[in-house]
Amino acid sequence: MTESPIQKIRLAGLLLLLLLVFLLDLSMGTVKIPVSEIVKVFFSPRTANPTWHFIIAKIRLPKACAAVLAGCGLSVGGLQMQTLFRNPLADPAILGITSGAGLGVAAVMLTGGSMATLFAIKELGVSGSWLIITAACLSAGAVMLLVLALSRQLKDNVLMLIIGIMIGSITLALTSVWQYFSDPEQVKEYLLWTFGSLGGVTGVQLSILSGVVAAGLIVAFLSSKMLDALLLGEHYARSMGLTTRRARVIIICSTSLLAGSITAFCGPIGFVGIAVPHIARTIFNTASHRILIPACCLIGTILLLMCDIVAQLPGSQSVLPINIITSLVGSPVVIILLLRRKNLNSW
Amino acid sequence: MGIDPILLRTSGLQTGYHSGGKRIVVSGELPGLELQPGRLVCLLGPNGSGKSTLLRTLAGLQPALNGTIDVPGIEAHKPSELARKISLVLTDRIRGNNLTVQSLIELGRYPYTGWLGVLDETDKAVVEWAIGATGIGALRDRKAHTLSDGESQKMMLARALAQDTPILMLDEPTAHLDLPSRIKLMRLLHRLAGQTRKAILLSTHELDLALQVADTVWLLEAGGRLHQGAPEDLVLNGVFEAAFAEEDIVFDKEAGVFVIHAAPGKPVLLTGGGITFFWTQRALRRADFTVVTTPSPDVLYHIRITDHPTRTSWLLEGEGVNREYHSIAELLQAMR
Repeated sequence: MTESPIQKIRLAGLLLLLLLVFLLDLSMGTVKIPVSEIVKVFFSPRTANPTWHFIIAKIRLPKACAAVLAGCGLSVGGLQMQTLFRNPLADPAILGITSGAGLGVAAVMLTGGSMATLFAIKELGVSGSWLIITAACLSAGAVMLLVLALSRQLKDNVLMLIIGIMIGSITLALTSVWQYFSDPEQVKEYLLWTFGSLGGVTGVQLSILSGVVAAGLIVAFLSSKMLDALLLGEHYARSMGLTTRRARVIIICSTSLLAGSITAFCGPIGFVGIAVPHIARTIFNTASHRILIPACCLIGTILLLMCDIVAQLPGSQSVLPINIITSLVGSPVVIILLLRRKNLNSW
Repeated sequence: MGIDPILLRTSGLQTGYHSGGKRIVVSGELPGLELQPGRLVCLLGPNGSGKSTLLRTLAGLQPALNGTIDVPGIEAHKPSELARKISLVLTDRIRGNNLTVQSLIELGRYPYTGWLGVLDETDKAVVEWAIGATGIGALRDRKAHTLSDGESQKMMLARALAQDTPILMLDEPTAHLDLPSRIKLMRLLHRLAGQTRKAILLSTHELDLALQVADTVWLLEAGGRLHQGAPEDLVLNGVFEAAFAEEDIVFDKEAGVFVIHAAPGKPVLLTGGGITFFWTQRALRRADFTVVTTPSPDVLYHIRITDHPTRTSWLLEGEGVNREYHSIAELLQAMR
């Protein structure tokens, strides 16, 4: 599969759009900062307005970076799952890793960890708490190891899909048990976490998240040839020389790293993972993962940044949770795209 | 002239699979099987006789229960090694996932490309050759899932050819195809075997086509026994007939086809010749008459065929009838 010039132009166009949206995201918020000032903050920090410098460096830039990471990671994870399971409805949450992270968070928040978490939440915002992130990482990691162990045993990707859904169901049930026996206050805290937030990831946390997401993306890109072969199904893939079990482990590993870390740091962010791969296929009209993976990164990032801009409710002081906006804004976009494409049965 | 090298050889092979800890045996211990360059082997057998299982086992998609499959040139049966020896056309449906015909065929170069799957000039040339050999150049920009069954089968064949392996295996490639497409595909495979010196193994239900193109037939019986030989030998020694033995179905050795309605019906004397005789005979058999060509007292009717270049007529005598008809339909109508 080879890239055509049109696809290169489209990639470049998306890159340009990404830059614009990124700058717009930095400028929007309770305090509006002109784009010219943002450029100044970057290139000559000394002449810039110190308040704006602070807002951008400490709040908006980390948030925009988190949006970039989450946008890339979730979209690529979704693409991998849709190809691995040959299912257009698959997303990174399908393996149960996202709900695994949720279970860890629930465990900390709902089992009397209230004192510690409440303090942490007040200091850093809901998703900024180290305790919560650690718990989410640990339990997402545990679920990932379980999924990987099972994936090595199975012959069939379809079985893997069902088992992933079952694991997700079990972890959700455990979370519900905790919720049932908890105070309404604590349940509300947990509920806040499930709304997702890009704003709480700063400093060291951002570096850690970047590292893990970068690792996941590199593995994903390296596995693009395997993903291409899997388009024809497992039998053909094997006949072309793919060791299907190993490929499955590598792909699940990559998606788990992406989805697990992003959910742990930002809370669950739905919709991006399922929708962006479809948008990427529509725009680039290809099945080659060598093109689709970068395309998903760009589109996912643009989409999440746009959602973040909308979440600021321009002209208002309040901010809506990101998880609500992604579904509210994104779903109509996908419906329109798919209707225009007209070949809905192309799966 | 030297002896052809052997591309694949089995010994003591037994196929089957493991399900929930149980061994499910599909075939008994098979005789030694061999694939040679330039030879087309047809794997025949009734439904459920284990054709697909044998094919998948030989292709390395599932392990054998017993015995060995030896592919000279490779040691361990790693998928990456086998992929350069055996290419496959399976019955798995290709689902629409935005692949164009061209890029699907390019996937055939998978075993030769680097870690990103970028094609070099050699790869591109082989892909072009495969597209040309199967005659699907006009389809290359179409989406793979929009092709008809016949086009799709050619595309999958082109992908297998692009994989450039000495052995090509096809699992029921003619299923879902109409008769002209089946014949064209079989002819193409026959020609490819000769031109490319590939060993081609295909499983099929098309007995008559298989008899025409196969160099060797592997005939699997329902019980899992396998007979092999030149198709003509298998016809002459009755193996063919025995394998498909069913009530009311008889293998006509003269025509090389299976015929239904073997029960003897009322005798009819048919005189005449040529192609009209052949088709009249078929029609009468279908209508449950037994056709005889020598006069005898117990015949019900006597039909005389008169072949004119412009007009053919059938003269029907007997049972109080004596009339001329100008189509088989009218003739049969009168005899009912």
